Amino acid sequence: MEYVLIVISAIFVNNIVLSQFLGICPFLGVSKKISTGIGMTGAVTFVMVIATIVTFFLQKAVLDPFGVGYLQTISFILVIASLVQLVEIILKKVSPPLYQALGVFLPLITTNCAILGVAIMTIQKDFNIVESVVFAIANAIGFGLALITFAGIREQLDLMDIPKGMKGTPIALVVAGLLALAFMGFAGIV
Amino acid sequence: MSQWNNFSKGFFKENAVFTLLLGMCPTLGVTSSAIDGLGMGLATTFVLVMSNLVVALIKDFIPDKVRIPSFIVVIATFVTIVEMTMQAYVPALFDSLGLFIPLIVVNCLVLGRAEAFASKNNLGSSIVDGLGMGLGFSMALTMLGSIRELLGSGKLFGAIIYPEDYGMLVFVLAPGAFIALGYLIAFINQVKKEA
Repeated sequence: MEYVLIVISAIFVNNIVLSQFLGICPFLGVSKKISTGIGMTGAVTFVMVIATIVTFFLQKAVLDPFGVGYLQTISFILVIASLVQLVEIILKKVSPPLYQALGVFLPLITTNCAILGVAIMTIQKDFNIVESVVFAIANAIGFGLALITFAGIREQLDLMDIPKGMKGTPIALVVAGLLALAFMGFAGIV
Repeated sequence: MSQWNNFSKGFFKENAVFTLLLGMCPTLGVTSSAIDGLGMGLATTFVLVMSNLVVALIKDFIPDKVRIPSFIVVIATFVTIVEMTMQAYVPALFDSLGLFIPLIVVNCLVLGRAEAFASKNNLGSSIVDGLGMGLGFSMALTMLGSIRELLGSGKLFGAIIYPEDYGMLVFVLAPGAFIALGYLIAFINQVKKEA
């Protein structure tokens, strides 16, 4: 039951993009087509889960026992940056088709604040390892849901007759706002 | 004159938020009030100036292949300094900005300037560029924060302008951030076209 609550709250109620404002850059940047949206979601899920596990153990096994909690930001971002490189190298060797699909998105992920955000949030919420993994997966799904829905709307938006001044970014942001408004309907479920 | 251009481009021509669309997460996340927006802007400005300064100094010693990780370490160091300083001296602001302070590390604006400007230019220009970009970013955040605070809760920098009951709550919440920024960018684009 506890896990169900974590999942529903992370996907719908506190959606990482639409209510926590993490990962806005890829949300606006790679949402022009559904297919790229799906690729980005895959890459984010992959890295987010691994990064959360690694940073969890880093916090519990190194930072806490040695009392150097203030190094959290700097050590987490280094771990994530090197992890992304590592994942890229391994993927290239082990699964070329998967690398083909996710490859272009991987370098972008280092500066995706959703990854670092989720890693820090798991520590702040004091989750155990299973809860952390569930939380990371749920957040990745939430990210994917928002990104792919948004990409679908933007594909349609290209065909619409939009006032000249609103074309491009402004209308995309307003659409994102309406999407966030829709997601607010989930508030109160949990 | 060229230093002045370096400084002023961050406000209008190459404004991080309105034109380059960098650093969108904090832009949307912490601008529910003008004061939060300003605080975030100034914290980012400090990190930006200091990281530009250090990157400009060490750029000749860093091998090209490891430059991005090195830049990130430099940035993360200054973010940690800001984090601890704010926690000690402005705890209220620290609490309301929350997660977004450590996330300055992954603000694409900071890394973007280190990579695109400081690693190619001399010390003086890099500092000026960081200052201009940072203050331009602060300006954008304060503008958005003021609009949201005024429409949402009837206040401006905490001063009551009209009773809160008449405010549109949605502007303080998440959807209002997207919508307000969308219209603000449309407005700026229009002004720029006429100028």
